[in-house]
Amino acid sequence: MELLSGGEMLVRALHEAGVEYIYGYPGGSLLHVYDALYRQSAVKHVLVRHEQAAAHMADGYARATGKPGVVMVTSGPGATNTITGIATAFTDSIPMVIISGQVMSHLVGDDAFQETDMLGVSRPVVKHSFSVRRPEEIPELVAKAFYIASTGRPGPVLIDIPKDMTMPNERYEYAYPKKVKLRSYTPPQRGHSGQIKKAVELLLKAKRPVIYSGGGVVIDGSSDKLRALVDRLNFPCTSTLMGLGAYPGTADRFLGMLGMHGTYEANMVMHHSDVILAVGARFDDRVTNATSKFCPDAKIIHIDIDPSSISKTITADVPIVGPVGTVLDEMMALLDEAGEVPDADAISAWWKQINEWRPRHGMRFDKNENGLMKPQEVIEAMWAATNGDAYVTSDVGQHQMFAAQYYKFDKPNRWINSGGLGTMGFGFPAAMGIKLNFPDHHVVCVTGEGSIQMNIQEMSTCLQYGIPVKILCLNNGSLGMVRQWQDMNYEGRHSHSYMESLPDFVKLAEAYGHVGIQVKTRDELPQALEDALVKYKDRLVFLDVAVDPEEHVYPMQVPQGSMRDMWLSKTERT
Amino acid sequence: MRHIISILLENEPGALSRVVGLFAQRGYNIETLTVAPTEDATLSRLTMTTHGDDRKIEQITKQLNKLIEVVKLVDLSEGQHIERELMLIKVKAVGAQRAEIKRTADIFRGQIVDVSPNVYTIQLTGATDKLEAFIEAIGPGSVLETVRTGVSGISRGEKILSL
Ligand SMILES: Cc1cc2nc3c(=O)[nH]c(=O)nc-3n(C[C@H](O)[C@H](O)[C@H](O)COP(=O)(O)OP(=O)(O)OC[C@H]3O[C@@H](n4cnc5c(N)ncnc54)[C@H](O)[C@@H]3O)c2cc1C
Ligand SMILES: Cc1ncc(C[n+]2csc(CCOP(=O)(O)OP(=O)(O)O)c2C)c(N)n1
Ligand SMILES: [Mg+2]
Repeated sequence: MELLSGGEMLVRALHEAGVEYIYGYPGGSLLHVYDALYRQSAVKHVLVRHEQAAAHMADGYARATGKPGVVMVTSGPGATNTITGIATAFTDSIPMVIISGQVMSHLVGDDAFQETDMLGVSRPVVKHSFSVRRPEEIPELVAKAFYIASTGRPGPVLIDIPKDMTMPNERYEYAYPKKVKLRSYTPPQRGHSGQIKKAVELLLKAKRPVIYSGGGVVIDGSSDKLRALVDRLNFPCTSTLMGLGAYPGTADRFLGMLGMHGTYEANMVMHHSDVILAVGARFDDRVTNATSKFCPDAKIIHIDIDPSSISKTITADVPIVGPVGTVLDEMMALLDEAGEVPDADAISAWWKQINEWRPRHGMRFDKNENGLMKPQEVIEAMWAATNGDAYVTSDVGQHQMFAAQYYKFDKPNRWINSGGLGTMGFGFPAAMGIKLNFPDHHVVCVTGEGSIQMNIQEMSTCLQYGIPVKILCLNNGSLGMVRQWQDMNYEGRHSHSYMESLPDFVKLAEAYGHVGIQVKTRDELPQALEDALVKYKDRLVFLDVAVDPEEHVYPMQVPQGSMRDMWLSKTERT
Repeated sequence: MRHIISILLENEPGALSRVVGLFAQRGYNIETLTVAPTEDATLSRLTMTTHGDDRKIEQITKQLNKLIEVVKLVDLSEGQHIERELMLIKVKAVGAQRAEIKRTADIFRGQIVDVSPNVYTIQLTGATDKLEAFIEAIGPGSVLETVRTGVSGISRGEKILSL
C-alpha cells in the first residue's frame, strides 16, 4: 500500500471522489494541502478573490451538473467568509463539500491565531460536518462527505482539518473506501406502494387536477418522468422558481411559475383545483400565501424524499416519502396496469376554463415607446439571442423574477438561482462555476447594479482562468425589489433603496481586462447581444443595460391572501 | 402535550450539540435532557422532554431523525412507558422539623443521604409529578437547594430501542 501524508491523502481522495475543480483560497492552516495540490495535476484549483464566491462557484457547478461542488478555505476568516455560500446551498438542497483548514489540534480552544469554531459556526447550515482527528481517517471522511452530500436530500457537508493532520513528513497507508455505509443514514429508495396506489386512484378521479413541480424533480434528474406523466394524464403543470425547466417552459400544458410572482393562470388553477400532485416541492411561503386560505378544495398528494418537508406547512392527504424518479415510475406502471384514464369530459372542461384564464394577464407589459426599456423586453431579447438554450444564472431582485418569468426554460439544470435564501451576489460566481465546466455553452448571469457589486471582484478570477461568462446587468439604478415594496407598502418612501455614484461598469470591466458594452436604447440591444455572444465569444462581456426604474414585477400575490389574490398591475387587482 | 423523546445517538463528539442546536435553531424548547453512554460504547442514550401540539412534535421528530448521528428515535409518550427522575434536595432540618421531614421522606420512599446539624440531604426517585409533590409536602420555605437529573424513560414490556 502507498504511504501518503495527510495533505496528499486529501487531494488524492478528492480526485477519487471524482473532483475536477476545487474552488478555494489558501492560508496558513492549509499550506501543506496547497503544497500537495501543487505537486499533482489531476485536481485543478481555481483561486477566487473572495471565499464567498468560491462557495457560489461550487454551488453553480453542482446545480448544473448534479454533482457536489468542492470548496477549500483556510481557518478563521477564510472559513467564515463561506458561510453565506454554504447557507445558500443548504436552503436549496445543493450538494457541496467544504474543506476548511483549522489550527493545530493542540491549539484548538486556545483562541489561537485564525481559530474559529467552524463546526459550530456552520452547524445550522450544513447537512453534516466532520472534524479530522487522525490523518488516517481522511480518505474515509472524504468518501462519507461525498456520499452524504449527494444522496437523499442533498446538502453541504463540511470537513474541518487541523493543520497537524496534514504534516508532509508524516505518512500513512492510503486506501479509498470502495463503499460507504453509515448505520444511521439510509436515504429512502422508493415510496410506499400502498400510498402510491392511493395517489393514482385519486389522480384518476380528479376533475380539476394540477401538477405542482419543484426543485426536487431537477435534483432527482427526473424531468423526463415528470414530462411523461403530465402528458399522459393531460394535466396542467406549474412549477416553483426552483423547478423551472423540469417541464418545458414553452409546452402548452405548462402554466408558468406559481406563487408570489407566479402567473395568473397558475395561481388560479391551484386555488380552484380538486387534486394537487406536489412533486419535489416544499410548499414554501412564497408559494402558498396564507396557509389558512390555501387551495380550499384540494386533496394533496405530496412526493418528497425528506419526510420533514411533508405536512410541514400544508397537511398532505397522501404523503409519499421517496425519490421522485422511482415514485413516478411506479405511478406510471400502475396507470399502465389499470388501463384507466382520467375523466376526459372533466379534464377538457378544466382546460377550457384554464384557457379562459390565460389571456387575463398573459404576462403583458407596456413598453415605453420613447423612454427607457422595460426589463422584461431585455430578457425576451436575450432568450431569442440564445435560442432559449443558455445556462442562465441570476442574482436576487426584480431582475431575478423577470428572468424566471420571461426566459422560457425548456431543459432542467439551466436556470440557476438562489431561491430559498435569496442571496445577492450569487449569480456571477455561480455562472463562473458553470462556464468552466460547460465551455461550449452560453452562460449568462442576469443581475442588477446592486447585486453585481456584491461579488464583482471575481472579474479578476475570470481573467486569470479565461472564463468568458456574459453579465447582463439590468441597471435600474436602484434596489428595485426593495423599492417596489416601498412603493406598494410605504407610500413610495424610498428609504435607502437608491444608489448614488454607481461605477462606470464599462470602464470597470475594461479595467479588469474584459469587454464592457453600454446599452441605453432598444435599438442598441440586438447588436449588443450579438456582439457579446458571437464577436466576443471568448471574452467576458459586461452588458450594462439601462432599464426603467419605475417598473414593478407582476403578478404579485396580495399578502395574507389566498393564492388567487393578486395584483396584476399597479392599478389592477383580482 | 408533554412528550418524552428517546434517542439512540452515535457516541461522537459534536453529536449532542447538533441535537441541542436543532432545538434552539427551530424554536423548540427542551424541558429536560439526560444523556449517557449505553452498554454499547459507540452509542449514547438520550431522553428529552418537550411540549408541543401534534404538528410541532411531528416536525421535531422528523428533524431529529434527519441528523446523521441519530440512529433510532422513539416518542415514548405514544405508548406505555416508565419514566424516572432522580432528585437530590437539601432541606432545612432543625428541632422538631427533623422528625417530620424524615417521616415525609419515608412516605415518598426517599432516603436521607447526608446529615448535618441543620440540614438533611434527601435522595428521591420517581416520575416528575412525584418529585414535585414531595417539594410541596416539605414546604417550599424549607427547601435550600435542589438538583434533578431530568427524565429518563423506557418503554414497558417487550418493546426495545436498540440497533
Ligand atoms: C425575490 C424572490 C421571490 C420569489 N418568488 C417566488 C415565487 O413567486 N414562486 C416560487 O415558487 N418561488 C419563489 N421564490 C423562491 C422560494 O423562496 C423558494 O425557494 C421556492 O419556492 C422553493 O421551491 P421548491 O418548493 O421547489 O423547493 P426546493 O427548495 O427546490 O426544495 C426541493 C424539495 O424537494 C425535495 N427533494 C430533493 N431531492 C428530492 C428527490 N430526489 N426526490 C424527491 N424529493 C426531493 C426536498 O426535500 C425539498 O423538499 C422566490 C425567491 C426570491 C428570492
Ligand atoms: C445579501 C442580500 N442583502 C439584501 C437582500 C435584500 N434584497 C432583496 S432584492 C434587493 C435589491 C436588489 O437590487 P438589484 O440587484 O439592483 O436588483 P433589482 O431588484 O433592482 O433588479 C435587496 C437589497 C438580499 N436578498 N441579499
Ligand atoms: Mg437594481
